[in-house]
Amino acid sequence: MGTAKISQEDVRYVAKLARLNLSAEDMEKFTLQLNSILSYMDKLNELDTSNVEPMSHVIDVYNVFRDDVVGESFAREVALENAPDREQGFFKVPRIIGDEEGSV
Amino acid sequence: MELYQLTIHELKQKLVRREISSLEVTEAVIDRIRRTEDRIHAYVTLTAEEALAQAKRADKARSRGTIVSDLAGIPLAIKDILCTRGVRTTCGSGILAHYVPPYDATVIRKLRERGAVLLGKTNMDEFAMGSSTENSWFGPTRNPWAVDHVPGGSSGGSAAAVAADGCLGALGSDTGGSIRQPAAFCGIVGLKPTYGRVSRYGLVAFASSLDQVGPLAKDVEDCAILMTAISGFDPQDSTSVDVEVPDFRGALVGGVEGMRIGIPKEYFLGGLDGDVEKAVQKSMRLFEQWGAVCREISLPHTDYALAAYYIICTAEASSNLARYDGVRYGHRSEDYSGILDMYRKTRTEGFGPEVKRRIMLGTYALSAGYYDAYYRKAAQVRTLVKHDFDKAFEDVDIILTPISPTPAFRLGEKTADPLQMYLSDVFTIPINMAGLPGMSIPCGFDRQGLPIGLQLVGKPFDEATIIRAAQAFEQKTEFHRRRPDLDSAAG
Repeated sequence: MGTAKISQEDVRYVAKLARLNLSAEDMEKFTLQLNSILSYMDKLNELDTSNVEPMSHVIDVYNVFRDDVVGESFAREVALENAPDREQGFFKVPRIIGDEEGSV
Repeated sequence: MELYQLTIHELKQKLVRREISSLEVTEAVIDRIRRTEDRIHAYVTLTAEEALAQAKRADKARSRGTIVSDLAGIPLAIKDILCTRGVRTTCGSGILAHYVPPYDATVIRKLRERGAVLLGKTNMDEFAMGSSTENSWFGPTRNPWAVDHVPGGSSGGSAAAVAADGCLGALGSDTGGSIRQPAAFCGIVGLKPTYGRVSRYGLVAFASSLDQVGPLAKDVEDCAILMTAISGFDPQDSTSVDVEVPDFRGALVGGVEGMRIGIPKEYFLGGLDGDVEKAVQKSMRLFEQWGAVCREISLPHTDYALAAYYIICTAEASSNLARYDGVRYGHRSEDYSGILDMYRKTRTEGFGPEVKRRIMLGTYALSAGYYDAYYRKAAQVRTLVKHDFDKAFEDVDIILTPISPTPAFRLGEKTADPLQMYLSDVFTIPINMAGLPGMSIPCGFDRQGLPIGLQLVGKPFDEATIIRAAQAFEQKTEFHRRRPDLDSAAG
């Protein structure tokens, strides 16, 4: 990784991936702050890790299955109680197909 | 002595002897909260009516003789990151400001089954991202020892509530120090259990490979009681580990005679406040006087843990927080055109600046072309950090370090520079990276009278040994007895 860490263009692109709108002011501030944080992270490159296994969890994580028996579940109304919008027992969202930016 | 000043074990004795009712104590604590909240702001939601009803139920059960639990009728506070059925759970965020969970977190169910009285939900940095509780959507919490100082974070509300006698004990969560650092800043006891010891079911996720629920308490015995109540395997959490849970009160005896204590030299290399260093060195000498054997050890990758942590936790957070899209629960923007616009406006309005910053950082670290350079590299460094501890624990039983480079700092002191804020967790983060149990106990005061915390780190699933050392320290020192003065005019 060279010295140029992350440009305003990169920040704009990452914001798009993260589904966030950033104002011009935010964009400038985040570019500065992310550059400072990413420069700090450069110190990791002092370490030779070519023969080190990456560890994503400290314990062995494996898929856990439960027995295939009928259990209790939330009533539909309870599950929908926090929904910002709903109709006839469904979560209601704006049209997805044919959105102005194409498919999601 | 006021009723709200009681510890859990003291109150339990009084309840058993019928010297007092849970209702009387719960009323006294709620009154205490009402008289201190304008200065401290420890709570986001106070559930006084429900608490009084729970206290009455506990008293009734006790008079029928059906109560055996240590926690029956004991008023506790809950960090607002744990789902509570029917009680708003905000996670300190605008995006969950009106979210009412239809279920209890496993740890909450365990407390309810034991008859605990739940006073309310405590303030926190939004999604547990912060070290000062200044990142809360609902405004900051203040340190009961000096209200122009932060209580630490992210479990700052829980720590401040315990220190201000606004509850008898509390639950928090710790991803990189979020129980231990506020416990240290507020002069109380806090314990982050081994990863997998306590169920994460119903804990709103920040960084799933690091998050762990744990207790904040007025003393070590209370901490042991709460630990015993919340620990254990849970089929609802695939990362919960099926190992035996001891009654941690059994660890309160035995002392430190012959205990081998490691002092990692990398934790004393500079940047450490003089008063903090003195207090920790003095604690080490006390342990030696009591028969422990202290020796210098090396954790050579300490200096790299923080950088690796902020890659891993932000990467996990960016993925975990993708669920906040305004569809099933939480905030939805009122004004949008189309689904993508709805997602973006909802998230932009609902998240605060630190959460956005971390989502951005994590999204970047996981994005095409950068994954190997950042996330994979950080995960490799995590292996090295873990190996450091594995090796050290071949020769020692516990490790002793400072909790934070400084005591509590002033509100606003570090908000402009995120990296400076991140550095206040430099001594607690490696413990999460390695999944170890870590505890903070009061070990002194600085020249301004602010509390200083001592960190005790144990082997995986060996909380008992650090609790034993902590209890030995507490029984021979007075630091935990000193309380902040919130009653005099100067308070």
